[in-house]
Amino acid sequence: MAWETVIGLEIHAQLSTKSKMFSRASTQFGAAPNAQACAVDIALPGVLPVANKGAVERAIRFGLAVGGTINRRSVFARKNYFYPDLPKGYQISQYELPIVQGGAVNIVLKDGERTVHLTRAHLEEDAGKSLHEDFHGMSGIDLNRAGTPLLEIVSEPDMHSSEEAVAYAKAVHTLVRWIDICDGNMQEGSFRCDANVSVHRPGAPLGTRREIKNLNSFRFLQQAIDYEAKWQIATLEDGGRIHQATVLFDPDSGETRAMRSKEDAHDYRYFPDPDLLPLVVSEETVAKIRKDLPELPEERRRRYMAACGLSAYDSSILTTDLTLATYFENVAMHSLKDGEALAHADYKLCANWVINEVAAKLNEENLPPSKIGVSSATLGHILRRVREDMINARTAKDLFSEFWSDARKTSYVRQGGSPEKVDEKIESGGLRQVTDSSALEAIVDQVIAANPKSVEEYRSGREKAFNALVGQAMKATRGKGNPAQINEILKRKLSG
Amino acid sequence: MINASLRELSAALAAKKISSVELIRIYLDRIERFNGELNAFISVDPDRSLALAAGADLRIARGDHAPLTGIPVAHKDIYCTKGWLTTCGSRMLANFTSPYNAHVIERFDAAGAVILGKTNMDEFAMGSSNETSFYGPVKNPWNRAFVPGGSSGGSACAVAARLAPAATATDTGGSIRQPAALTGITGLKPTYGIVSRYGMIAFASSLDQGGPMGYSAEDVAMLLNVMAGFDERDSTSLEREGEDYTRDLDRAWDGATAGRPLSGLRIGLPREHFGEGLSPDVAQAIEAALAQFEKLGAKRVEIGLPNSGLSVPAYYVIAPAEASSNLSRFDGVRYGYRAPASEYRDLLDMYCKTRAQGFGAEVKRRILIGTYVLSHGYYDAYYLKAQRIRRLIAQDFVEAFRQCDVVMGPASPTVAFRIGAKVSDPVQMYLNDIYTIPANLAGLPAMSIPCGFGENNLPVGLHIVGNYFTEARMLALAHQYQRATDWHRRMPAGV
Repeated sequence: MAWETVIGLEIHAQLSTKSKMFSRASTQFGAAPNAQACAVDIALPGVLPVANKGAVERAIRFGLAVGGTINRRSVFARKNYFYPDLPKGYQISQYELPIVQGGAVNIVLKDGERTVHLTRAHLEEDAGKSLHEDFHGMSGIDLNRAGTPLLEIVSEPDMHSSEEAVAYAKAVHTLVRWIDICDGNMQEGSFRCDANVSVHRPGAPLGTRREIKNLNSFRFLQQAIDYEAKWQIATLEDGGRIHQATVLFDPDSGETRAMRSKEDAHDYRYFPDPDLLPLVVSEETVAKIRKDLPELPEERRRRYMAACGLSAYDSSILTTDLTLATYFENVAMHSLKDGEALAHADYKLCANWVINEVAAKLNEENLPPSKIGVSSATLGHILRRVREDMINARTAKDLFSEFWSDARKTSYVRQGGSPEKVDEKIESGGLRQVTDSSALEAIVDQVIAANPKSVEEYRSGREKAFNALVGQAMKATRGKGNPAQINEILKRKLSG
Repeated sequence: MINASLRELSAALAAKKISSVELIRIYLDRIERFNGELNAFISVDPDRSLALAAGADLRIARGDHAPLTGIPVAHKDIYCTKGWLTTCGSRMLANFTSPYNAHVIERFDAAGAVILGKTNMDEFAMGSSNETSFYGPVKNPWNRAFVPGGSSGGSACAVAARLAPAATATDTGGSIRQPAALTGITGLKPTYGIVSRYGMIAFASSLDQGGPMGYSAEDVAMLLNVMAGFDERDSTSLEREGEDYTRDLDRAWDGATAGRPLSGLRIGLPREHFGEGLSPDVAQAIEAALAQFEKLGAKRVEIGLPNSGLSVPAYYVIAPAEASSNLSRFDGVRYGYRAPASEYRDLLDMYCKTRAQGFGAEVKRRILIGTYVLSHGYYDAYYLKAQRIRRLIAQDFVEAFRQCDVVMGPASPTVAFRIGAKVSDPVQMYLNDIYTIPANLAGLPAMSIPCGFGENNLPVGLHIVGNYFTEARMLALAHQYQRATDWHRRMPAGV
């Protein structure tokens, strides 16, 4: 019988508050070491924590977005252990009573949708950073990160492959940015995953799990889970046993290795933090946050499928990011002629453009959606002209690329082009599509006459030759011919 | 001058009969003369104090002064004081100069009071005799072979010996009231949450509460006016309107008659606090004090605090548990004591040696107890059970206050004991706080006022516990008692 892999994720999302979880120090990334550690963060004698309301509200936003229960009363607890980058000698977290319980996240895979259930999500503070490399024979301690607010999102062991785990992590990554509680910056450590992996025979009890710590990219998450599952299966098949352990993934070797075993696990001596009263959330606060929640990615994805006729795949790509989705909707709106309603095919056109041109360019140049080089009004206008048959797709792409280059020249401070510029360029550049059928017929006649060899090949059944002839005709129109019309004329003449 | 009340000192300063600088000099001289023997202060900084006094004099000259402007106040060395050594009585912080002020220090600063020095205390406030201080024991000014009580022994000694007219202190299980009783002064632990804990080095967060020490209830009321107040930096600080704790001092109890200002006052006497373990000399002084209250019009009501006997065991689970975690920050990494580099091999060894050398025996004992009771598998049996007992004890008081207005009894089962007498028997030492601990567990305001003398001519303190937020009424009834008696005016010989 085959092995089944069982995966649960713990995701640490850094909440996008200006100040820390329990102090007023800034959470800004990149400051000089210890420049953003105040008396509370360095745990001077006598200092006390005060919970950050903004962090609490963000946790509630998340809880509502995943359909979890918001506990009206949750409790901050101390997790006690000694480490130089943990100034108080304990981390303030939530243990028995987290702020969010339950909830679920739906994921889209190639072969359909799945639901990943959440156990809980709780608030906690981050530790500082130990720097072992830069100081000869010593360690450096940077407490800028100490006290940064985190939401730890714990899933049920609902995933069975690295693909599912990555899809789930990506869905959570999308969601936290969508509801604006975390910037999702994985390089800066704002979004990190721990993966609990075990293997068993379906029907048999769950195997012993090992926890892979601190995976800060989706690629590492995938590689680490794949390696770990394979390693566990091989170990068991060799007659070995899996021991509960915490492991680290080494991206260079692609392997996981044990950091500490269960035997030397800490006894964290959790107990309610007597410096903080239980966190009480009123019904009104929850109602207000619920009211302010935007349409969620999941809802929007379903709307794109139902109302716009987009495929599940296209819909899920457009809804990976709120800015991108909003951009798509605005492009569609601007592509409207006056008083017109869009048909599914029109949405499809806009979606294709946003996915294949805009998202592709962002990817290529490694830009966030906030740096899209051409405004939705401009692209919408270009597509409107396409839909009106004023220009063809090729001209549209040229215009789009030119405008994008203009934006690049300003380092994306300004977007390139404008709806007026689109029309100016069309007129001044003589870019109007040639749709005059008599003109096109004449051109096609010339092309046929000038390319007897291609005509011969086409007639003897080589389809490729036909494309070469279309290309020649397009070239003769200097790219402005209506490709569909040319196709049709050419076909008619060649079969005649 | 050294026997003047704060009200008198304040008036003298305002009338420019004396300057703050002159006043500070008087006390600095006394400290110079007597502190070597009494050991009440850990640090004194005459230049700094005189500079503060000069500033206070300017305020007075401008007419921009408050009741405590120019008045010297000694602060327990548990309060972080900017620019001052703040040791908490420990080797661990023997090199720690605080870069910031506790809320309490800020409040006194804003009021124009002058920091006279930092007073000795049991290490991290753990002790009932001031013998656990890294800086050596404090002597009881009434008899130097005896302890002054603890943990605020330095503050109590300083006030009793007239080395300071007023002092701050803290109380986790009796650390204001027991030393106040043993040195014959007045000390108040307010309702939990009234005085901000920000900058007050934590021993047991859910029990710690700052409060004042002075000669009289009136002085203590004036000091509390400064110390109390909401502070958003302390999540357990209570956001409530400020009050004037002196407002009821001269107001008779509701329903009082002429000459009987406390008519209508019902004094609850918990039978559990008058039984076995109470020394006869203390019992006698308490009885006399109660008779005096009756003369003033009060009535006695016998009450029960049935769970009172569980308070010491519950306290010695909860307080060490919180302390074991609170004291984790003293790890030798960022500030404070660190074992010499030649003595440790690695990080773990650095932690172990630093903490082994930096903490004294009593602190280590409590860290061990606290770590044990929070350990996996023991948490429910100890910590959770102690928390349940805590609720029962609070409930006892709810019942009691249905029958009476205040609860009275002895603050301590005996008068001061000899230095060294109980150091080898922690349980005997812990039982010193048997009458004071319940108020901490319940979060109630409680005070001790001097009410006579017992064995070896050492002072006895009367313990008064009030309902939540009734400090003003408690201070008023104490004030009425002090108007009729002069125990609070007695001063030890030889100082």
